Amino acid sequence: MAAQQRPLSPHLQIYKPQLTSVMSILHRATGIFLAAGTLALVYWLLAIAGGAESYKQAQGVFGSFIGLLFLFGWSFALFYHLCNGIRHLFWDAAKGMDIKSVYASGKLVWFAAIVLTALAWGLALTTK
Amino acid sequence: MSDLRTPLAKVRGLGSARDGTDHYIAQRLTAIALVPLLLWFVFSLAAVAGQDFQHVHAWVRSPFNSIALILLSIVLIYHAHIGLHEVVEDYLHEDVVKTIAMVLMKFLAITLIVTAIVAVLRIVLGG
Repeated sequence: MAAQQRPLSPHLQIYKPQLTSVMSILHRATGIFLAAGTLALVYWLLAIAGGAESYKQAQGVFGSFIGLLFLFGWSFALFYHLCNGIRHLFWDAAKGMDIKSVYASGKLVWFAAIVLTALAWGLALTTK
Repeated sequence: MSDLRTPLAKVRGLGSARDGTDHYIAQRLTAIALVPLLLWFVFSLAAVAGQDFQHVHAWVRSPFNSIALILLSIVLIYHAHIGLHEVVEDYLHEDVVKTIAMVLMKFLAITLIVTAIVAVLRIVLGG
């Protein structure tokens, strides 16, 4: 590169975090995390295909403290990415793009993701 | 001649990337398909996950569930692949590293899809 130090535009840490920017970053972060979660899905299916013994082993993995922590994070990341994805689909249709709507839909995404996660775990814990 | 693009290139409208809007469209279509698939999957999983092997095995075996699980695996892994591809395009700038990452991700995605399908078929067809 050139010897002369060219000025750089300010990077992320210069800016005050806002709902909009944080949610945008989280969309990608949860997406990467969820991609790793597909490994867990395939492992689960393989464990069932393998028979009672391997399924029991998988139950042990998912039922451990780390396993449950992962599943909880996975479920919230999934609902967040799903709800925020729907928000993105509205933007693709050029709907709700003014600042007021962007903030309102952002808060709605947080609310919906929390409610859906709570419902899923409520169901999981009552059917056990 | 005011510009160097051929009329055919203009009609195709693919620009310098030689790749049009197919990733954009595929990402959105898989996203739309994943909304019902994932809502079904997570709430079903929440209901069956704690149960014993016989129950879970029977749940996967039912025609509706096995078909939905195969569809989910294909669409989910495809959608994840498009997203990761985008991340690599944005953050990896070294050509060799970028190409290797993209090829490995493609191999991994296809392997995972095939593995998921075979696992479900083994559950459905096996004893």
